[in-house]
Amino acid sequence: MRTLLKFLTALLLIGSTNGIAGESDSGCLTRGTGDMGIIVERASGSLKIVDRTSHSILFHVDGLGDLSHASAVYSRDERYAYVFGRDGGLTKVDILCGKITKRVIQGGNSIGGAISQDGTMIAVSNYEPGGVKIFSAADLSLVADIPATQVTEKKGAKTVGLVDAPGQRFVFSLYDTGEIWLVDMSNPSKPVIEKHQNIGLQPYDALISSDGRYYIAGLFGEDGLSMMDLWHPEQKPRKILENYGRGNKKLPVYKMPHLEGWAMAGGEAFLPAMGQHQVLVAQRGSWKETGRIKVHGQPVFVMARPDGRQVWVNFAFPNNDTIQVIDTESKQVVKTLTPGKGALHMEFSPRGEEIWISIRDRDEIHVFNTSTMELTHKLSVKKPSGIFFTNRAHQTGL
Amino acid sequence: MLKAILVTLITLTSTAAVADIHPDRQTELIYLLKHDCGSCHGMRLQGGLGPALKPVPLKRWTAEQLAMTILSGRPGTPMPPWKPFISPQEALWLAKHLKSEITP
Repeated sequence: MRTLLKFLTALLLIGSTNGIAGESDSGCLTRGTGDMGIIVERASGSLKIVDRTSHSILFHVDGLGDLSHASAVYSRDERYAYVFGRDGGLTKVDILCGKITKRVIQGGNSIGGAISQDGTMIAVSNYEPGGVKIFSAADLSLVADIPATQVTEKKGAKTVGLVDAPGQRFVFSLYDTGEIWLVDMSNPSKPVIEKHQNIGLQPYDALISSDGRYYIAGLFGEDGLSMMDLWHPEQKPRKILENYGRGNKKLPVYKMPHLEGWAMAGGEAFLPAMGQHQVLVAQRGSWKETGRIKVHGQPVFVMARPDGRQVWVNFAFPNNDTIQVIDTESKQVVKTLTPGKGALHMEFSPRGEEIWISIRDRDEIHVFNTSTMELTHKLSVKKPSGIFFTNRAHQTGL
Repeated sequence: MLKAILVTLITLTSTAAVADIHPDRQTELIYLLKHDCGSCHGMRLQGGLGPALKPVPLKRWTAEQLAMTILSGRPGTPMPPWKPFISPQEALWLAKHLKSEITP
């Protein structure tokens, strides 16, 4: 009798899942999200929600607007992705249900964002009108509006390189005016802004070390980067790797490098040069140059495998069909891959055994085993760009 | 060098040569505009790190001036010279398209 009852209960349970394991009546999945991620389909304003383990697509989500240059952060429970679109759209996506929970147009033209240390606030950086807006992570209501330094009567400076930092802070740079601003949001109704001026010409992007200590802005207008030690803001930002291009002709840059993603390996930082086909290496702490690695083109992303042993590099037009792998110990290029035109974005699995690469012109994601550097899987994704796995939820600066 | 490009552009405008771009190449150029120019100017050309490339903001420049900018870049800004990849004829064709509202 008891066995029969168990059997009937089991039948009932199966019936309620629409026949698909882990899917409830609402069409939402009941599973952990730790091995999930999103892939941006830039041309169609849509996302694919993926399973990292089975290398499969779980959901397609439409209606996110202009996703050129889109990026995303995750809620700390890894359930929601916040997607920043070029049209100023901020979209909260439920990745278990494959649905948009909330979408606001918060600015004219935005470039990226960050989530606060405590996960309650989302900051978005805008090209137009310039400045940073901060929203509640729960319902995307406006918490604070921080206009940038005015450049003309109508226009504020473009804000770039926005990251979160410990102590409920956001840090960003101002492209037109060469500034780094620190915003302390400990009291959300009273943001405390600390402005650092004359940090260098035309900061175009920035990154923060994974421990949240160092903020580094890349400069377009001069050779070098601007570094700020957030443990000692009183020491002000200072130039590092100055004059790396000295004696060399500055080559045209057909796509600006991205500094998001920290390439730190064995106590050294690997950074893209601007206008040189080189990856620069600097000692963490002293920030003295310890090497230069000649690569195939203008580097765009320079990303360290989580264990730090390899650095993977992709390139600007017209070399964007190539990926190079650098061994960080010997500082040599050990592999050159040509997966196809428009190899735009790379994302490592959290423990580094795999890397997923968007191949725009093939409408595919290529997954490589990082030990063998061989292609293991392909996924069909329309004009893919950014790939964002949920483990970013727990990483400062991502 | 710049002068030579300018002369070429003026000559091109006065002749009908602009119409002679092969349809396949036109498709390539529009793809380039959307995806590669788009990385700074936005895929919908609404602007980004670079300015918007819509007819209204572009009104104050002639197609020849815009073609010149495409070919030679703008010193002091991130705009690079595209002449290794785009001919003067193609640049002028792109410039005219930009001025007459194109949605790539």
